[in-house]
Amino acid sequence: MTEEKKIKLKRLESSKVLGKFMADYYYELDNAAKTGERKIAWCTSVGPAEILRAMGFLVYFPETHSAMLGSSRMATELIPKANAVGYSPDICSYLTADVGAYLEKVSPLSKIFEGIQGPPKPDVLVFNTNQCRDVQDWFNFYGEEYDVPVVGVHSYVGVQEVEDAHVKSIARQMEDLIPPLTHIIGNTLDMDRFKETVALSRECSDLWKQVLDTAAAVPSPLTFFDGTTLMGAAVVGRGTQRANDCYRTLLAELNQRIADKEGAIEDEQFRIYWDGMPVWGRLSAHAKLFASLKTNVLASTYCNSWIFSALDPDDPFNSMARAYTELFIVRADAPKEAYIRNMLEFFKVDGIIYHDAKTCPNNSNCRYGMPQRIERQSGIPSLTINGDLNDLRLISDEQTKTNVEAFIEQLAENK
Amino acid sequence: MSTANQATSQHPTPPYFTGADVGASRTKVAVIDADGHMVGYCVNRSGTDFTATADRCLAEALAMADIGKDRIVRTISTGYGRNNVSYAHDHRTEISCHGKGCYHYFPFAITIIDIGGQDNKIIKIDENGRRTAFKMNRKCAAGTGAFLEEMSPRLDIPLSEMNGLAAASTDMVKLGSFCTVFSATEVLENIRRGKRVEDIVKGLFFSVISRITEMDAFTEKVVMTGGVVAHNPYLVEMTHELISRPILVPELPQFTGALGAALYARETYMN
Repeated sequence: MTEEKKIKLKRLESSKVLGKFMADYYYELDNAAKTGERKIAWCTSVGPAEILRAMGFLVYFPETHSAMLGSSRMATELIPKANAVGYSPDICSYLTADVGAYLEKVSPLSKIFEGIQGPPKPDVLVFNTNQCRDVQDWFNFYGEEYDVPVVGVHSYVGVQEVEDAHVKSIARQMEDLIPPLTHIIGNTLDMDRFKETVALSRECSDLWKQVLDTAAAVPSPLTFFDGTTLMGAAVVGRGTQRANDCYRTLLAELNQRIADKEGAIEDEQFRIYWDGMPVWGRLSAHAKLFASLKTNVLASTYCNSWIFSALDPDDPFNSMARAYTELFIVRADAPKEAYIRNMLEFFKVDGIIYHDAKTCPNNSNCRYGMPQRIERQSGIPSLTINGDLNDLRLISDEQTKTNVEAFIEQLAENK
Repeated sequence: MSTANQATSQHPTPPYFTGADVGASRTKVAVIDADGHMVGYCVNRSGTDFTATADRCLAEALAMADIGKDRIVRTISTGYGRNNVSYAHDHRTEISCHGKGCYHYFPFAITIIDIGGQDNKIIKIDENGRRTAFKMNRKCAAGTGAFLEEMSPRLDIPLSEMNGLAAASTDMVKLGSFCTVFSATEVLENIRRGKRVEDIVKGLFFSVISRITEMDAFTEKVVMTGGVVAHNPYLVEMTHELISRPILVPELPQFTGALGAALYARETYMN
């Protein structure tokens, strides 16, 4: 009988530092919600967080809560609750899981952080539709439930080249957020503090990029699966000094791994690029599956989505507008493909895996012929797996396993 | 690399190799000799005890080959139950094994359509026998053997009669749905309208082929394999008409995965 190997995943020491950062972040929000000492803004994960932080809001990102619902595998039970009140099972399962959790009054936060019951009540909800339209509908649900204002930025989609016209329009929308936000928090935007926040956010972005770029080393000291949890500080803490300190610690550990030629997995033989969302409820299972095949999924579009290299403290509104429009998810297929081709070369990739997430069309880039085009251009083979970010009813583990094993067998035979 | 003769000379008696393909629906075992000839084979319903079924299939295949189990020097398992074969030395995916098995019969660039009990596969093999791409169906049984198994009780006909009925159709019913459940509703609707069973069955066959031809483009010579093909040759005729190119079918289309596994066993033993 052939036995499946038991795989023990390596853990980065600095993940504890990042974990402490996240714990402190949620306790600070919880305290503010309970005491009313600070105003709380809910913000989309690639929304205008720098403005909110500079104005003095504590910023909460519902998407991280949804990811936790996914990774704790609570989501699949909760999604039907949202379906029952009119939110289709075909729309974003971040939205449906989060709304389901709200309706059922449950939260992974209460299981992880003692004393926290759930997400902090918002004073305002601020979205940017640069990811998808669903975020606006998601925030509108809470706006109605909590009876608080919902404001936002309506972004472009399918942008070929980011032109000045795009930037001016988005920057203007961001500036227009200031009066309603001022009304809520009671003070206006201090430009010096804003510039300082943008500078810190840019520094966070640069450090996060350096972290991810360490995966170009052979063997890679980092996996995509590590990245999906380590990126927490870049999502919720960009614009703070402490997030940057965390990434300096992480970067030092990764560089030490490189110096020691220590890979994130044992005996790395194949290097894979992941496009699309992670399957949150299967992070560990997927990490072990690939490690058992001596394969490192080491780079991704997803983790790189929190790199905002255009941020410039000397021109905060315009540079934020540019940074949040230059994002992969906002772009047309041609710049997306050029981006991925660069990544394949930089990270010395042997194969690509596209995750076709049933409820996340905007983050499933395999639906308009991209895998075929990139394979023709680069010669690098690809595999598409069907699944979902949060709804485990849309996943066949056995099919995923067979597909992945067959893909690695193919890479091995053709190496 | 050793030759078959060298391998033979290492053993007082010629060695044999086994491939065990434990599929979702059926378990297939193939025994080959050192020259790659299939000397014994067996298929049984996989059931709920994959290990016992694989054991039983091996015993029957060995009986057919008229050799003892001690003559088997290496076994590779494949299929969904590949980890449940007690006598396997290693395992490979069914994608690799079907590719290997088909290229053994047809040693040139091919596109393989494998219609299994629970999944379909499109596998592309180049002229050197290297796999260049593959696809499996999505998490949906439409277009698989399970679809036909689901439909046969709806129509109150045995699975074994479907091929003959489809071939006797004169006015095929077109079923529009992607979904097995919705297709069943369409079938009921057509029964209510008084459509002939032959025409409905042909419509079901067409639905199977349509789901598969939507999966990928066919640029090479096409080989069809799998249990559904083995038991429904009319499906091959229909595919030929739909994609307008000749279809190659190996002698034992249900056994290409098991054969491929046995060939891997032979190859890894000799290397």
